[in-house]
Amino acid sequence: MHNQPSVTELVQSVKNFVDQTAMPELTGRAAFHARVASNVLATILRDLESRDSNDAAELGRLQALLSDNGTSSIEKLNRDLRDAIRAGDLTIESDQLLDHLKKTAIAQLKVDQPGYSGLADALKE
Amino acid sequence: MSDTQEFNDRLQSVLRRVYGHNTVLQSANRLSGGASQETWLIALDAESGPSDLILRRAPPGAEQSMGSAAIGLENEAKVIRQAHQGAVPVPGVVHVLDEDDDMGSGFLMSRIQGETIARRILRDDKFATARDVLPEQCGRALAGIHAIDSAQVPVLKPSSGLDQLAYYENIYQSREVCRPIFDLAMVWLRENAPAPLPTVVVHGDFRLGNIMVDESGLAAVLDWELAHIGDPREDIGWMCTNSWRFGHSDKRLGGFGDLEPFLDAYAASGGVEIKPADIDWWDMLGSMKWGIMCMLMYESFRSGADPSVERAAIGRRVSETEMDLINLLERQRHA
Repeated sequence: MHNQPSVTELVQSVKNFVDQTAMPELTGRAAFHARVASNVLATILRDLESRDSNDAAELGRLQALLSDNGTSSIEKLNRDLRDAIRAGDLTIESDQLLDHLKKTAIAQLKVDQPGYSGLADALKE
Repeated sequence: MSDTQEFNDRLQSVLRRVYGHNTVLQSANRLSGGASQETWLIALDAESGPSDLILRRAPPGAEQSMGSAAIGLENEAKVIRQAHQGAVPVPGVVHVLDEDDDMGSGFLMSRIQGETIARRILRDDKFATARDVLPEQCGRALAGIHAIDSAQVPVLKPSSGLDQLAYYENIYQSREVCRPIFDLAMVWLRENAPAPLPTVVVHGDFRLGNIMVDESGLAAVLDWELAHIGDPREDIGWMCTNSWRFGHSDKRLGGFGDLEPFLDAYAASGGVEIKPADIDWWDMLGSMKWGIMCMLMYESFRSGADPSVERAAIGRRVSETEMDLINLLERQRHA
């Protein structure tokens, strides 16, 4: 399958158009939505760059946390984790649980809103 | 006759009824709000009366689409009037629309000058003095709100912290989303709920964005549509929720101040004695609630009800509240 330009390059080109051409022409609500759209495109670019490695790291942590033999999907393991939390089998007293959830939240937020204050707080601690 | 002409004619009649026959409507400009809740800036030429007013209105037929927690504009006007009697800074309600007005439900209120955009209030030099005095002013205002005689506002529904936990937990569990941090927070909240305090009239959305601030501080408390009967700590915890600190997480109270001077002023003005640690549970409840609200707003994109990029983007803000919840849960473990 052809990949020139790559998905990343295509998204970048649309972001360039929004930032440099469209946004300066717009006012009011349309300008606001153009800025949101530009931010969404930036999120997509970060997601494209880091999803594979984030998912792999999350899967590895989930397998260790739930003693999985490596056959379950990340979705299945997340549902198992949720069920264990709801059942009270895993609580905030578990270092491994909190470490996993914190690393997962940090990785997600670095993609979604890297400037969020709570992320800076988490990285400081 | 055009809709605009009809609207203006009806508004003109209302203004004459309130301010006398010589009152002339100069203009009505829609400021903001969704389909069900409109806000209008009204300019008028009155012999005796103000030169401008604000109209908050739900057009005829719009009431059904309002959020289930919203109390409706007529009730909002009643609560604002009670708050005014309690010396809470609020816009003066000058007229509540009735059937004769034929404009839907809503009310006219005085226009207060000031800033509501949180980032400006937190950042601009002109609000430096305001930021210094705002914690105490908010403490006094909230004590005034919590002192409102609930018998005078009989429409408000009771909703405790545990009621809200159950409400949002149900929304979360009924959707096909799996975000274990929310499950962990919900379990912790359920198992660590503090004993309830005697209930009061709660504003329900007391935070930057819903208060108007001028250079000398708090000018008015706005947006009363989520008022209810509940625990006084809910309003305090909501203002402390990190989502409402707008990037200034080191200032626990709304990103502008410390909690202690707020609580001191609150107690000195008749509120109950509360310690900062008493707010922790409500702070976490606030992050959980805002996270589920973001999921719901994204849901309106996914369902096609609101296809805007803004609604899509807010789905990627749920992770902000996950981060806050983890930070708060870690602190509780070491507490």
